[in-house]
Amino acid sequence: MISIEGLTKQFDETTAVDNLELEIHPGEVFGFLGPNGAGKTTTLRMLSALINPSSGTAHVAGYRLGEDDQAIRRNVGILTEAPGLYDRLSAERNLAFFAYLYDVADVEGRVERYLKLLGLWERRLEPVGTFSRGMRQKLAIARAMLHEPPVLFLDEPTTGLDPEASRLVREFIEGLRGEGRTIILNTHNLDEADRLCDRIGVLNTELLALDTPAALRREVFGRKVVFHVAELRPEYEATVADFSFVEAVESVDGRLVVTLDDPEERNPALVAALVNAGAQVQFVGEIRKSLEDVYLHLMDNGDAAPEPGDAT
Amino acid sequence: MNRLYQIIRKEWSEVFRNRFVLLTVAFLPLMAALLPLGILYFIGSSTDITNDLDDIPTSFMALCNDLTGQECMQYFLISQFIVLFMIIPLAIPITIASYSIIGEKTTRTLEPLLATPITTAELLGGKSAAAVIPGVVATWLAYLILVIGTALMGVGSGVMDSLLDPFWLIAIFVVGPLLALTGVSVAVMVSSRATDPRTAEQTSMLVFLPVLLIFFAQMAGFILIDARLVLLIALALLVIDAILLTAAVRLFQRENILTRWK
Repeated sequence: MISIEGLTKQFDETTAVDNLELEIHPGEVFGFLGPNGAGKTTTLRMLSALINPSSGTAHVAGYRLGEDDQAIRRNVGILTEAPGLYDRLSAERNLAFFAYLYDVADVEGRVERYLKLLGLWERRLEPVGTFSRGMRQKLAIARAMLHEPPVLFLDEPTTGLDPEASRLVREFIEGLRGEGRTIILNTHNLDEADRLCDRIGVLNTELLALDTPAALRREVFGRKVVFHVAELRPEYEATVADFSFVEAVESVDGRLVVTLDDPEERNPALVAALVNAGAQVQFVGEIRKSLEDVYLHLMDNGDAAPEPGDAT
Repeated sequence: MNRLYQIIRKEWSEVFRNRFVLLTVAFLPLMAALLPLGILYFIGSSTDITNDLDDIPTSFMALCNDLTGQECMQYFLISQFIVLFMIIPLAIPITIASYSIIGEKTTRTLEPLLATPITTAELLGGKSAAAVIPGVVATWLAYLILVIGTALMGVGSGVMDSLLDPFWLIAIFVVGPLLALTGVSVAVMVSSRATDPRTAEQTSMLVFLPVLLIFFAQMAGFILIDARLVLLIALALLVIDAILLTAAVRLFQRENILTRWK
């Protein structure tokens, strides 16, 4: 659905996005993570044909950037960083205006549908200036969806929202997943990215990493299994370390922490070996690193290049 | 065409909810129509204007032909107000365009707007039309009020005829719309750089200077604004507008506006 080839954007001497290579598949929810100034918004703006790349190109919904910009704009919906609504106009008028600009056939029907879908129908005639931040954000999402585009760009959709409004917005995005749309999400909210995104690209001018949230955790930290053993003895560590598939083992707070691949397959052998060595295994669990840990690790090692095979 | 109409409709829905804009649109035409009517009334009821006639430039006296002294004075004073009628089509579009374009900037509505399939020509065309039309209509309405008011006052037919001569008609129906275009082009250019509607409006108002210069030159008797001069002004404006409109469209760079507007 989106194919990005060497996309680069420079503002004077500053490189905002550097040689981005990426494929985003139809129906995928893809998240860009990165600090402020990492080039996330610039990337979305380029992909929405709002600004021109300095070099490289992209195909969005089958149209080539720089050649079919009007067609791209017709086929993408964008939720900009700021809701950008006309405060003096009513919610209904705001949406109707954009529906006409997108040449929506049944403007009234479409506006009604999205106002109802986002719970704003009752307040449709009120000026948007009287709306709360959450309501404005919902209206901006409705605006992005009005022409029912196959590709949707959401730039920081829950920033500044209270937990309840954030949840509503997240639920709406989850609902869209079922409709087969391709959604590209820029976010600082790692938990949100973890929950919503099929794949994540960590961007800091260049793409630092790209994979599913689970795979990113695995790639960065490996999988760690913790064995709670009554009376941990030094020889248990050696028993576990004898296995060739064990990448690392250490004793932490009276527990054995083992780094290994495919714990579902390997754990029974480890448990059996420990029991044979006289250990009383109380229970076994996996240490799950959060996406935040992954992100911070990648940011601390910003020169980490993506695996060639990742860029697919 | 539909997008152009939608832009105009949206602009008017928004901009006329701004009291300052509304005041400008309503106040200027009323002043332009009522001020000369008041003066006409005052001179009409005055018994001795012999001394005042000396203040009329000789070049203008030549235009009075068969008019009585009182009618010549009325004609002269009304002619001075032509400048007010030239200020309306400049001021109203400048005010509307400044608020409309910088309004998009301050409320950050321009990015979602530019993300739609709208072309720059449609966007600027819609915004310009939304600013020009009220300016032109207000000028025409003010002129209509002046003509009807003058007729109702029962002033001499010579004065009435002078209000309907080509000098006024070209000024109102040709120069007025051209000045409105000048105002909008300047406002678009200034707004592309400014960050505050008032600053943009005040900077754009510099375009009044040539108009005021003509006004004072006429008052001082240096020039005589007659049909020929108005026609020349119209031709000059045609060229100036073509240059300004091209410059305004070139300055309105989507990418720069999105990435450099703060």
